[in-house]
Amino acid sequence: MKANVIVFPGSNCDRDVQVALEKFQIQTTMVWHQDNEMPKSDLVVLPGGFSYGDYLRCGSMASKSNIMNEVIKHANQGGYLIGICNGFQILTETGLLPGALLRNKKLKFICKYVDLLIENNSTPFTSKYKKNEKIKVPIAHNEGNYFADEKTLNELKNNNQIVLKYCDENSNVNDEGNPNGSCLNIAGIINKKNNVIGMMPHPERCVENILGGTDGSGIFQSLLN
Amino acid sequence: MLDPQGKAVENALGDIGLASIKNVRQGKYFTLEVDENDEIKASKIVKSSCEKLLANQTIENFKFNKI
Repeated sequence: MKANVIVFPGSNCDRDVQVALEKFQIQTTMVWHQDNEMPKSDLVVLPGGFSYGDYLRCGSMASKSNIMNEVIKHANQGGYLIGICNGFQILTETGLLPGALLRNKKLKFICKYVDLLIENNSTPFTSKYKKNEKIKVPIAHNEGNYFADEKTLNELKNNNQIVLKYCDENSNVNDEGNPNGSCLNIAGIINKKNNVIGMMPHPERCVENILGGTDGSGIFQSLLN
Repeated sequence: MLDPQGKAVENALGDIGLASIKNVRQGKYFTLEVDENDEIKASKIVKSSCEKLLANQTIENFKFNKI
């Protein structure tokens, strides 16, 4: 399997993603955002970070980068695309995923391990997990408060597009387990075609025991299936 | 829609004795110079800049005027 990781000015999880992908024998190429083309790949990753210093709105300017034309083409042709943290924000700004990510409800940058519930394990990114399995994955963001209007939220629910939800340690999806105020405790969603996923948590930060956990591995293992 | 920044500003206004102020919402303000003499054309360009980049219409409204 081959992957391209897009590097924007201000990306800071690009190399972490590369290390994680390569751990699972996914051959990885780093692609600069100003490039007009990228090698053919099965997977494209928009990594976390602070592209363009988070100016204007998080992900807004990155979503207009040269390379994004190719990334959108890749997604429209059915290629796998994953946006992690800032990458998720970029995906909503391009319109590949619905909704937006607002400032965290309590206006604080949150950097910690959170509990997540696998709401949908029938995606190419989550098939290695069990449905309703609880995993522990770190988040690190200031704008992770997922918002969409009622109609969009209903659509996401009805189409089974909500993949990950924040939960408490007993797997209950409630306010207590919601770190940032996200609508419906949403931590990750997928598009209708099931090939573009956006998530605020960082699976690439927990694929080694020495880093505190391996619950993120399932995302990469699922892709290998 | 929840605007956490607006809410924090509203609470601070209450703290300085301006509790009658409600529903504070925080936004952005841009000044643009357009190299175009025709006002209608200039206005179209500005509208397009709002739609395509300056505003995210999932969460924001925009309006503009000539100054």
